[in-house]
Parts: sequence; C-alpha cells; structure tokens
Amino acid sequence: MSLMKRMSLIFRAKADKALDRAEDPRETLDYSYKRQLELLAKVRKGVAEVATSRKRVELQINQLNGQAQKLTDQAQKALGMGREDLAREALTRKSGLQGQITDLQTQHAQLQAEEEKLTLASQRLQAKVEAFRTRKETVKATYTAAEAQTRINEAFSGISEEMGDVGMAIQRAEDKTQQMQARAGAIDELIASGALDDASSLGQGDDIARELEAMSSQSDVESELQALKAASGQAIESGRATGELGVGQAGSDQVEAGQPEGEEQR
Amino acid sequence: MIVRIMGEGQLELPESALEELNALDAAVETAVEAGDVDTFTTALGELLTAVRRLGNPVPEDFLHDSDLILPPADASIDEVRAMLSDDGLIPG
Repeated sequence: MSLMKRMSLIFRAKADKALDRAEDPRETLDYSYKRQLELLAKVRKGVAEVATSRKRVELQINQLNGQAQKLTDQAQKALGMGREDLAREALTRKSGLQGQITDLQTQHAQLQAEEEKLTLASQRLQAKVEAFRTRKETVKATYTAAEAQTRINEAFSGISEEMGDVGMAIQRAEDKTQQMQARAGAIDELIASGALDDASSLGQGDDIARELEAMSSQSDVESELQALKAASGQAIESGRATGELGVGQAGSDQVEAGQPEGEEQR
Repeated sequence: MIVRIMGEGQLELPESALEELNALDAAVETAVEAGDVDTFTTALGELLTAVRRLGNPVPEDFLHDSDLILPPADASIDEVRAMLSDDGLIPG
C-alpha cells in the first residue's frame, strides 16, 4: 500500500481509538477540546523556547565575531611590528573561530525555520480549535447522543489529525532544539572560560598574547616617550619664546616647575 | 481529495492528480524500503513539490481528516520508517 495511504490510516486509527473510548460522544468533544487547548498552550510555549534558543545563538555569534575581530587586530598589530609568526598564530586562531561561527549561523537558520514553522502550526491549530469549539456547541445543543456520533466523527478525526501533526511538529522542534542547546552550552562554557577570548588563554596562546602585550606596551612606552620628548621639546622652545617676549609674565605659577628655567633666565 | 503535508497543513487536490502522485509516492516507498537516503530525499522532495503545485490550501476552519498524509519536508528516512511503524512517532 502506498506510503501516503498508510500514514493517513495510522492517523485515522488513532482518532478512532480515542473516539471509541467514550460512551457519550459529546463527552469526548469536551475532553478533546480541553486537550486541544492544552496542545495550543504547548505549541506557544514551544515557539517561545525555540525563540530563546535562537536569541542565545545570536548572542554567541556576536561574541565570537567580536573575538574574531580582536584576533584580526592582534594580527595587524603583530604584523606592524614585523612579527609575522605572531600574526599567523592569531589568524590561525581566528580561522578556528570562524568555523564555529559558521556552525552557529547554520544552527541559527535552522532555529529560525523551526520557529516560523511552529508559529504557523500554532496559528493553524488555533483556527481549527476555534472551528471545533463552534461545531461542538452546535452538536451538543442540537443532537441526541446517537445523532451526535455521526455528526462529530468527521470534525473529531479532522482535529485529531491536526493535533497529531502539531504534536509531532513540537516533538521534532524540541529534539532539534535540545541538540543545539547542548552544543550552545559547550560554546557558552568556552566563552565563559575565556578560551575563545583572544589568543591569551590556550597553551601557546599565552606566549603570543604576552609577547604581543609586551611588545605593544614596549612600543607604547616608546611612542609615548617620543611624544613626550617632542612635546617637551616644544615646551622648551615655546618656553624660551615666551621668555624672550615677556620676561615677568610666567610669574609665580611657574615657581616650582619652571625653577631651572627661571634660574637660567636670571 | 484532501492531502496533508505534515508540518504544513492540508491541501485540496483534484482526483485526477492521484495518478501522478502515486508514481512519485511509489518512488519514496521503494527508497524507504531500500534504505536509500539520497533517493529518498529526492523522491520525497518531488512528491511534496507536486502536491503543492497541484493543490490549493483548505480554508482555515476546515475540519476534516485527510485522504492522504505525507511526511514533513525535512523528515529523515528513519523518521518516516518510525512513522509507518505505527506506535512510533505520531502522537495519538
């Protein structure tokens, strides 16, 4: 028998089984309606959960992107100092991160698709539940138990099928989300441990970051020194200029700092 | 004829579509039985595309079971097998 037919028979068998359980089909309607509302709540919760996972992955992507940028900066700095070895190491780390970012982006797309699917499923189910409620009230008001039986069979199997479908969609979404959450958890731990932070926390990385830092602080000292030298040279120049132009002007403000110059001037 | 694509909803198709669908369905079924993942993915994709092409979505408040039910587009071959093994995947 065809696959499509077999699947529909399985659904129908489940609906029939549920319907057979009740002596008065009108009770089944109420019970089913209660279950529909529960399922609707569950789907909405499912949508929220998938959205939370999606946001978490987004956050991680941003964090990793920031770290990749940091490594690029480090590489640039290293190259500027003629340390190609360090630049290469930083870029190697960056490419490792890039792999994780790509993986997260795939997960993000999957979660987004799952979220959209569940949102649509929830809208669909809501419309069906509403239709079911209307029909249920009509049937209960109008028909005897025996008559109701035939009237509601159709609506009942229709809603059962929808519920089976939605129930399965949630199940699948949950399974997927759980798998991703486990991986997201591992990445959160890595981020928290600082292992992905920059090149500074994994074995060899200690050396790179320390060297880079040492070099950059060295160069910072050098460049600041140069700047200071240049500035003080100018100060001396301008000090002389002022001195030449108006002697007494510097006055008491400069008593301490300007002492040597003051003496020189005397 | 009402056909449900799981995860997508129900569509109404003319009876005349059945012949085309049956051929595509047979290909999916053969692939499932053979455990041929690649063929299964292609065949299922073709079957669902045909259903979407030939069918029109039912109204929102339509409450009726389907004549035919198809697995979701991203179903794996194992999932389909589990669905067919009855007490497996489909919640009752």
